[in-house]
Amino acid sequence: MTDIANTLTIDGRTISFEPGQTIMQAALAAGVFMPHLCYNPEFKPHGSCKLCTVTVNGRPQSACTIAAMPGQEIQSDTPELNGRRRVLLQMLFVEGHHFCPGCEKSGNCQLQALGYEMEMLSPHFSHFFPDRGVDATHPDVMIDFGRCIMCELCVQASRDVDGKNVFALAGRGLASHVVVNSPSGKLGDSALEVTDKAVEVCPVGAILRKRVGFAVPIGERIYDHDPISVKALEPDEA
Amino acid sequence: MSDHPSKGGNALQAILEKNHFNPTRLVQILREVQDREGWLSEITLTDIAQGLSLPISRVRSTANFYSFFYTRPVGQYRVLFSDNITDRMQGSTQLFEHMLARLKLTENQTSADGAVSVARTSCTGMCDQGPAMLVNNRAVTRLTPRRVDEICDLIKAGLPLSSWPNYYFKIENNIRRRDVLLSANWDPGEALRAAIARGPQGMLNELKLSNLRGRGGAGFTTAIKWEAARTAPGTARYVVCNADEGEPGTFKDRVLLQRYPGHVFEGMTIAGYVIGAAKGFLYLRGEYSYLLEALEAHLDGLRRSNLLGQNICGVEGFNFDIEIHMGAGAYICGEETALIESLEGKPGKPRIRPPFPVTYGYLGQPTTVNNVETLCKTLEIAINGGAEYAGQGTKQSTGTKILSVSGDVELPGIYEYPFGVKVSQILEDCGARDVQAVQVSGAAGICLSPREFGRRIAFEDVPTAGSFMVFGPKRDMFEMARNFAHFFAHESCGFCTPCRVGTSIISNIMDKIAAGHGTQYEMNELGRLTNVIRGSAHCGLGTASCNAIADTVQKFRATYEAKIRPVDFEPSFDLDKALAKTRAVAGRDDADAHLETSVGAH
Repeated sequence: MTDIANTLTIDGRTISFEPGQTIMQAALAAGVFMPHLCYNPEFKPHGSCKLCTVTVNGRPQSACTIAAMPGQEIQSDTPELNGRRRVLLQMLFVEGHHFCPGCEKSGNCQLQALGYEMEMLSPHFSHFFPDRGVDATHPDVMIDFGRCIMCELCVQASRDVDGKNVFALAGRGLASHVVVNSPSGKLGDSALEVTDKAVEVCPVGAILRKRVGFAVPIGERIYDHDPISVKALEPDEA
Repeated sequence: MSDHPSKGGNALQAILEKNHFNPTRLVQILREVQDREGWLSEITLTDIAQGLSLPISRVRSTANFYSFFYTRPVGQYRVLFSDNITDRMQGSTQLFEHMLARLKLTENQTSADGAVSVARTSCTGMCDQGPAMLVNNRAVTRLTPRRVDEICDLIKAGLPLSSWPNYYFKIENNIRRRDVLLSANWDPGEALRAAIARGPQGMLNELKLSNLRGRGGAGFTTAIKWEAARTAPGTARYVVCNADEGEPGTFKDRVLLQRYPGHVFEGMTIAGYVIGAAKGFLYLRGEYSYLLEALEAHLDGLRRSNLLGQNICGVEGFNFDIEIHMGAGAYICGEETALIESLEGKPGKPRIRPPFPVTYGYLGQPTTVNNVETLCKTLEIAINGGAEYAGQGTKQSTGTKILSVSGDVELPGIYEYPFGVKVSQILEDCGARDVQAVQVSGAAGICLSPREFGRRIAFEDVPTAGSFMVFGPKRDMFEMARNFAHFFAHESCGFCTPCRVGTSIISNIMDKIAAGHGTQYEMNELGRLTNVIRGSAHCGLGTASCNAIADTVQKFRATYEAKIRPVDFEPSFDLDKALAKTRAVAGRDDADAHLETSVGAH
């Protein structure tokens, strides 16, 4: 039996990978950007946003959950796949309340940055305008449920890093929503602290630290100068 | 009912104790507590969380997921109309509206005295004897205007369900055509003893010879599944019987569980013997809770005759027992990894696969998940051997298949055929005439037009989980697709973006077309969204959610075209309608207070 080289191709470009890596990990390590929202290199892949959907030997798969295997032929940056990603982004925009000009996460938000990256020019579909509310009961942190994209990164971070289980996802279908682990269901009564990983990890403007929203002015934020496809490949960047 | 500060303290404690304070039994605990208290208040959920040492958020998460758990007060009588397209064809919509009018209620509203609430639910599996409803989870079949009136009177009189006429709850088996499985008359334990005589590996060899494939829809080879679970490393192994028969239009598993429970349990025990499991779970959909008592009694009988328990049939070390878990109204739990999540007390959301359940299933251990019918079929193989079994059906689809036939037919019910039977043969046997279409395998299945009635029921031609819904000449196939679109939007677990959001966008588009406001633009959107959802959804529910629309657009395009308007685009926003509030404030409703171009004006 001969050794098979640990290489695969992404859009025709051959890259090497380490056994055990997912396609997403292999791609990012090789400097190939694959759009993603619920994936964060520090956490177990969740595979729910589906923005990283690529085709592996012709079949659609989530790059963040599928193991890299020798000889895989992967298509990612194609007009068709990017077209699907644009539709998925539009779905996320109309599902919740994502009005970038009024959001203090603007410029630091991965959803917004991917909207630019994928050349999403409008939300396209009718807005659902869900009534999810805001919880500002915590002295240092607030949560705007209308901006949540159900990535569960805060759930994972609170459980696995902070050891607190502050968040969980409840409900079903379009009624899915984050719930808070406290008797009243309010953030102020929970064990959350402003220094928790769960606060930092939100890719959108759902969980926000209070009183620092504009400490960095618009124009000097993460995605203001370089697009997410560049920033995501920088070593210190998610 | 509305306010009960820890009134059930002791009762709750007893329920938790009975469930060994085991968090994996959370779905069962919630069901039992709700059966006592009527609904699940925040106080109750907190008490359960404390009793199980779980974060309250986890208990809320599970309680909020399942349709049959109520975290707000509901009526003492909870009426749920089955809302499958077959119920609608039998007049359920009119009955539903009639009942709401008689009780002076709107959908989902609880009457002021807290007595009753009326709503709709996904197919309850009574399509051959519908229209059907569930009253406090008990199925009432063959509804007529008169029966609905009687039920309204019983509810107003406050009579408990136990005093209602028995025949309301009568559920027929309607077995119309029998083959090997439905005419079997084996003694209890006969197949199990035959399997034991063959030994685990011998039984596995016969299974391989038989080429038995899963009856739940996917058609995976049973022998491969069992062998993988048998050889996978693990500290314990589990057998799961998937009786979460939620596919609209299918009810064969209900009949098997009602008429042949011994076959089902014996199939599970054979699986336990082959893979080396000591524990099996029957996951029974909440809609079938009326079966629970009889099934538990049957299990007790098996334990008494040593067909379950320790050293079964005198085989040293062959210990196996079966526990029944009830679902609580979630179609997605028919997906095997969602089912396992539910068995573990969590919301039924499909896991990322691989790993598959045969290596990483219940509690992370090797687990086989098989359909009710598949497990019944293993008895034939144990007794007669794999070669004889493989002699029936087609080469790729061996054995017989049970179909649940409903819709515009003379004889709705259960039909067992060897695989390879032509669709036209089934239509002839069930007395269907002038058929416009057949929807095979439920909402996730395939819609056949008359030119395809020569096709065969088989994995290699028309695969099916068992649902067979027949549509006569006057039915509107668009309405079937719209009914299914609503079904998927309601049943989407919400995990992945395309299914969570996409199914709702699609059902809104179908409503817009039904209201006469659709244009070619909406038709294009349906095609585009189908492509995105099929190409990116996380599980089979999502990828199949657009099948009926794609099929009917292709095969019954005229019904769409009759509804769409010959303009390029109509807004989904009706400006004239939106001005209604303003008109009300101004006290005007004359012609000048309306927009001339209103879409509602024609």
